[in-house]
Amino acid sequence: MSAISREDVVHLAHLAHIEMSDAELDKMTGELDAIVGAIASVSEVAASDVPATSHPIPLTNVLREDTVGQTLSIEEVLLNAPDSDSDRFKVPAILDGE
Amino acid sequence: MSNYTDELVDFDTALDRYDPVLGFEVHVELNTKTKMFSDAPNAFGDEPNTNVTPVDLGLPGVLPVVNKTAVEYSILIGLALNCQIAEKCGFARKNYFYPDTPKNFQTSQYDDPIAHDGWLDIELEDGEVFRVEIERAHMEEDAGKLTHMGGAAGRIQGADYSLVDYNRAGVPLVEIVTKPIVGAGKRAPELARAYVAAIREIVKNLGVSDAKMERGNVRCDANVSLMPKDADKFGTRTETKNVNSLRAVEHAVRFEIERHAAVLDSGAKIVQETRHWHEDTRSTTSGRPKSDADDYRYFPEPDLVPIVTTAEWVEELRSRLPEPPAERRKRLKAEWGYADKEFRDVVNAGVLDEIEATVAAGASAAVARKWWMGEIARLAKAADKEIADLGVTPQTIVELNSLIEGKKINDKIARQVLEFVIAGEGTPSEIVEKRGLAVVNDDDALGKAVDEAMAAMPDVVEKIKGGKMQAIGALMGPVMKATRGQADAGRVREIVMEKLGL
Amino acid sequence: MNELIKLSATELAAKLRAGEVTSVEAVQAHLDRIAEVDGTLNAFLHVNAKEALAVAAEVDAIRAAGGAGAEALHPLAGVPIAIKDLIVTKGQPTTAASKMLEGWMSPYDATVIEKIRAAKLPMLGKTNLDEFAMGSSTEHSAYGVTRNPWDLNRIPGGSGGGSAAAVASFEAPLALGTDTGGSIRQPGAVTGTVGVKPTYGAVSRYGAIAMASSLDQIGPVSRTVLDSAYLQELIGGHDPKDSTSLPNALEGLVAAAESGAAGDLEGLRIGVIKELTGEGYQEGVQARFNESLELLKAAGAEIVEVSCPNFKYALGAYYLIMPSEVSSNLAKFDGVRYGKRVLPEDGPMTIERVMGATRAAGFGDEVKRRIILGTYALSAGYYDAYYGSAQKVRTLIQRDFAAAFEQADVLVSPTAPTVAFELGANDNDPLAMYLNDVATIPANLAGVPGITVPGGLSENLPVGIQFLAPAYEDARLYRAGAALEALLEKQWGHSLISQAPAIDTASIAQEA
Repeated sequence: MSAISREDVVHLAHLAHIEMSDAELDKMTGELDAIVGAIASVSEVAASDVPATSHPIPLTNVLREDTVGQTLSIEEVLLNAPDSDSDRFKVPAILDGE
Repeated sequence: MSNYTDELVDFDTALDRYDPVLGFEVHVELNTKTKMFSDAPNAFGDEPNTNVTPVDLGLPGVLPVVNKTAVEYSILIGLALNCQIAEKCGFARKNYFYPDTPKNFQTSQYDDPIAHDGWLDIELEDGEVFRVEIERAHMEEDAGKLTHMGGAAGRIQGADYSLVDYNRAGVPLVEIVTKPIVGAGKRAPELARAYVAAIREIVKNLGVSDAKMERGNVRCDANVSLMPKDADKFGTRTETKNVNSLRAVEHAVRFEIERHAAVLDSGAKIVQETRHWHEDTRSTTSGRPKSDADDYRYFPEPDLVPIVTTAEWVEELRSRLPEPPAERRKRLKAEWGYADKEFRDVVNAGVLDEIEATVAAGASAAVARKWWMGEIARLAKAADKEIADLGVTPQTIVELNSLIEGKKINDKIARQVLEFVIAGEGTPSEIVEKRGLAVVNDDDALGKAVDEAMAAMPDVVEKIKGGKMQAIGALMGPVMKATRGQADAGRVREIVMEKLGL
Repeated sequence: MNELIKLSATELAAKLRAGEVTSVEAVQAHLDRIAEVDGTLNAFLHVNAKEALAVAAEVDAIRAAGGAGAEALHPLAGVPIAIKDLIVTKGQPTTAASKMLEGWMSPYDATVIEKIRAAKLPMLGKTNLDEFAMGSSTEHSAYGVTRNPWDLNRIPGGSGGGSAAAVASFEAPLALGTDTGGSIRQPGAVTGTVGVKPTYGAVSRYGAIAMASSLDQIGPVSRTVLDSAYLQELIGGHDPKDSTSLPNALEGLVAAAESGAAGDLEGLRIGVIKELTGEGYQEGVQARFNESLELLKAAGAEIVEVSCPNFKYALGAYYLIMPSEVSSNLAKFDGVRYGKRVLPEDGPMTIERVMGATRAAGFGDEVKRRIILGTYALSAGYYDAYYGSAQKVRTLIQRDFAAAFEQADVLVSPTAPTVAFELGANDNDPLAMYLNDVATIPANLAGVPGITVPGGLSENLPVGIQFLAPAYEDARLYRAGAALEALLEKQWGHSLISQAPAIDTASIAQEA
């Protein structure tokens, strides 16, 4: 498995929406590379005929009846909002203004 | 934004050189009572952020639970599109950040959609049938609603900030994806419109969606690419997002064909990108190019367990399927014996259900069509209302018609009676009774009126005697006036002839 | 020290029922203890004194009134409990020990909290943890480390170091924890307490802030096996709000603990997992483990050796699956709907940049490391090699367990390879930290239940013994765990926790 480059980490930080300083990127690159190196052995044993397990206990068809339940009050909805305007959440512009 | 205007090539010229390849992703909002993964109400038009539970807000610690009715509606859609229903399928997380997406991932289906490999026959205006192959129909959840403030009229470009309402977040969606559609040629825009119309009609007919495009219940993303006539490989496609009316679908496909042709003619390459449709200019503009940011990192949703569809369950749902709209139309046209144009007009006027009910109530197909396409349509238009909202029942038509056939009233009176019915005065029989509108075919009364008319118009009488039978019409006015319009015109004619010994 | 706080939950409950003591007295005694030692330990992030006393008074009033109301009280009514601050509670802040959620007030209760309220257990407060439960030492809390009551310079384990330290230091008789890779069991081991990770789905996860959804499980933390059995019976059972919740409640846990404590293990086959002993395990840990095996054997158990060859890949699979789910589960913390919002210092003020700045400031290093690692493991081109392979390893580990449980009724191993390490020892080596979970992780990957019980001391620090049982067979853990607990205490003549040194509050400066 190839090593993780700094560019990889820049891209991953972008995907994960975490701003990182140059120093953080350098540190993270080294750490990730070491961790990935240590855990990459999983692909050794993962033969193609082994099925994947995504749920530890196999259940199926856990379904809910289509019946309306309790909603939050508008006060509860906005209780922890960093910013709001009347009854809606307020967020900065989505696109760069230029 | 620049003022750059795309070069276009005339549509017919473009199609001389290139074959269009289409593809559609149609999102259908289901009309379940609650959301896909929470028990918040699924309702349109309520106050912002009132149809919200902790789940819809993506609060820390919450978990989703699948709405059984949404699954059943999805299977119904799959069956109506002639799809295979997956014996086992699951949900996956599609990871991307956007403020209208409370968890910053959308719970969707990835490599195991609930329905796959179907088809739909699309009938074009002239009756030509075009088969569209369906790749898949999968379940997912809708996002919240962003309102862009500041800047130009609600546009995202230039906005200062945005407001978020999560009422729509989590509303159940079924996304229907076609396989590439080749061979439509010049009929591509028309096919695009007809396809979306057919999907809308099917989900409405199934009762699983309100299917109102203006409310976003049915939304279309249209993929278009062109390939040179002699090529065997598809060209690069663009995806025009959220084309939300039938007319817009047709126009957007046409526009993109004209634009692609111009780009290709110039020797340039089509950029694989998202395009935005603008109704005002009837054109598309560039959105964002496909990029690394589209690495959605799908993985199986660990908070939800797989859905297994037993044969019994699927067959029970299949038994609930109504007759498909296209088949129903074919059957009704044959049963009613309408000409092609007559039937098309009926379909376009949207009175298929009304005519079917009227025929079922005992009227002939011809009579039903005469009323619904004639006087009722006229009154609806005059009142600026939908035909269905006028309050005319099939029984009204049957009753009016039997009054006419029984010679109780004539056509003209019948039309008046209809207006009184719409005004809420009662049934046709009650109105005729109450208002004394029954036709006068009492020979004494008519004879007296005819005598008076003939006495007043001796010259007309002479003409009739001379063999000019059409002159009888001139006597009709005074007779009708004397009987307040309630004279049976046929009987008046007979009486005149009797009196003149003809 | 008020003797009331030395009682186990079951003993305290009996005294409450008998009217020998009131719940208000019991709660006040624990609040006093918190006031006395928590400035040093930092086990609690929030103390819920007022509500706890009000609930206690309510229980006392019901009991005083007698009749049907008193009869209907839950056996643990009036016994105070501490809640890991990863579990959401109305009326108390929930932070997940992260700056991201500083001051966040949940508008809803977790399902386990609803059950605790219904049973009227006064909630003493919220306990410290590694941020979003990511860590094995509680050093990664944004609100300071929690200290091990046995040695204030050592870690209390993690992520649930706060709950374990609170119970070990007699600040609370009971606590709730969450266990994704060992976060209940490893702190239990290094603090000389009992902790149980139930079968996946046995306890509702609704309201536990998700770290890795397919691995997370809420479970009991206590000083005795019987107390944990009572608490699991209280918090367990099907929850329609959790799609992965088991359809039926697991029963007979208390009965199993009681029968185990009687000491008869005739016919019980106990499998020693070859791969979870020997190399990598401290000598003292191994010695205590071997002594426990001898006791179990003497009590009639049949000891067999089992091999789980794929366990050596468990850590690798865990550190792919867990961060992948983390990267997605923690995406919701973006400064839009709740929690911290940080504006970028310069450049355009777009929502994307606000999210980036918020997550940069709100998350600590370990959280960021795992988010980035998970983003990598799921990203295009790497999914099959990493996440996909890890899910296959999960299947192999389940098969190992299935084969082992054909030979044995329960499996046994040391809970952690070492005793508590010193604060700061693994600061610059995340990999060394991850190795603490090597014995606990397989159970999470396979969904099977596990318990840790105190197995003695090494270097004057506690060693934990772990039992594992097949899925749904949590009762077997309580039987084996209670038996070993009883056998050891009989040999020692006292409980292990009674040997914990007094907490020297003067040695560590009390935090402001």
